[in-house]
Amino acid sequence: MIVADKKPIEEIIEEIKDDEKILILGCNECVTVCEAGGKKEVGILASALRMYFLNQGKEVKIDEKTLERQCDHEYLEEIRDVMDQYDAVVSLACGVGVQFMAEKYQSTPVYPGVNTCFLGVTEERGLWTERCQACGQCILARTGGICPVSRCAKRVFNGPCGGSTKGKCEIHNEIDCAWQLIVDRLKALDRFDDYENLIPLKDWSFERAGGPRKVVREDVQQ
Amino acid sequence: MKLKTLSKLEKILAAGHLAVTSECGPPRGSDPEVITKKAEMIKDYVDAINITDNQTSVTRMCSLAACIHLKLMGLEPILQMVTRDRNRIALQSDILGAASYDIHNILCLSGDHQSFGDCAQGQNVHDLDSMQLIQAVRHMRDEGKFLGGGDIERPPNMFVGAAANPFADPFEIRVPRLAKKIAAGVEFIQSQCIYNMDKFELWLKMAGDRGLLEKVYILAGVTPFKTAGMARYMKKRVPGMDVPDEVVKRMADTPKEKQPEEGIKICIEQIQRLKEVEGVHGFHVMAIEWEEMVPEIVKKSGLYPRPSVD
Ligand code: SF4
Repeated sequence: MIVADKKPIEEIIEEIKDDEKILILGCNECVTVCEAGGKKEVGILASALRMYFLNQGKEVKIDEKTLERQCDHEYLEEIRDVMDQYDAVVSLACGVGVQFMAEKYQSTPVYPGVNTCFLGVTEERGLWTERCQACGQCILARTGGICPVSRCAKRVFNGPCGGSTKGKCEIHNEIDCAWQLIVDRLKALDRFDDYENLIPLKDWSFERAGGPRKVVREDVQQ
Repeated sequence: MKLKTLSKLEKILAAGHLAVTSECGPPRGSDPEVITKKAEMIKDYVDAINITDNQTSVTRMCSLAACIHLKLMGLEPILQMVTRDRNRIALQSDILGAASYDIHNILCLSGDHQSFGDCAQGQNVHDLDSMQLIQAVRHMRDEGKFLGGGDIERPPNMFVGAAANPFADPFEIRVPRLAKKIAAGVEFIQSQCIYNMDKFELWLKMAGDRGLLEKVYILAGVTPFKTAGMARYMKKRVPGMDVPDEVVKRMADTPKEKQPEEGIKICIEQIQRLKEVEGVHGFHVMAIEWEEMVPEIVKKSGLYPRPSVD
């Protein structure tokens, strides 16, 4: 899933401090799972903002709503009828949702309420970690199912670097060295010999470097 | 052995001499004399001089410019190049720039992570990794072609090196990793600073058992301790460094004013011992900010005078 983290409330206040009618819009997908932008977080943020404006002696209307998704036309359309009631929307969806909202509702400011962080997993409640950087050409088959692009600080394809110490990365002793994990996994798969296959130069044009990407699937287009 | 490049370092190694290299870190400024003075100090005691490339990710004068200063002094530079700061366009372009000055040695590295340096908020590139950089230089030299396929007019003529750290983890891949670098096309290796002699010798033995020692020249890396504090720091703080307790103890048990002398002594003893070890083709003496000691280390280790090969 896409993992996000709450933005500091001061940052959100700074954006909306002059508005009088505000919609806090959550998303029922990834940001709900990572507890940054679901219905619960919408409620918490709305209450905190109401409290803030009350203390400021300002009358501000703050509404709450959570959509099934903010990355699909169909769900974003659900708020079309009410959009003109608001001066601004604070979207707690990932950056994708915020942008899709902004594209759809040209004349209403949409502010991000979370920082979109990475593609990752819930290791345990309250701990999410990165697993993928969407490089566009998956090489997991060659690296024992562990991604050196997202999990190695230097994204080395033929690692580990010289800084790997006791299974940990040179940048921090709490970060696993991706290449230690790859080696361990290759051994568990009885494929340790594969370690010696040189991984060729990466074609980064499928990644961010190639510019904004798209996937076109004619077979599913109507 | 047939020479593949015009590198003096290659000539010395191919002639069967124990080579001696050392390194100079460029300054945090643009004064060329910092480089030329250091080089002047050591030039008669080494065969080639590495110029580090923004080591520990601290911004400094570029390695290429510093190498050119050495070249203009008639010395033999080894251009260190990290993949952290340049994409494949910049890497190839700098290689050609170096080749235009007839710089004949390159050391391919990934580089420390930028979080260690003065630009922790900067981006890192890592378009290629160090193994792929080795392949890239070999491709440019041997095929006379760019990575993109076009022909290179006057291709680089570089002896290709890399680092190896037998002490990083996991140990079991340290020999396979050397094999991989050899497969990528590396021709000489400069090892990480050695303090754990037994482990280094074990690594060489294992490499020998796989027949790797005939395929690459290994220069053993040594760095003298100046103080007991430095020994402790290297042990605790420097990633991938293996300093056995007895070495730290030996430094710590020496009175403070005698510690530099003891550090040099340890270094010379190491060289003496490693000279006899199969697969060691020379030494890379890294006297960090202590270049003035290189002549003494080389002389007392019986590595002086340096052979002339031209
Ligand atoms: S220590 Fe491991 S994870 Fe960290 S940069 Fe080096 S190879 Fe990558």
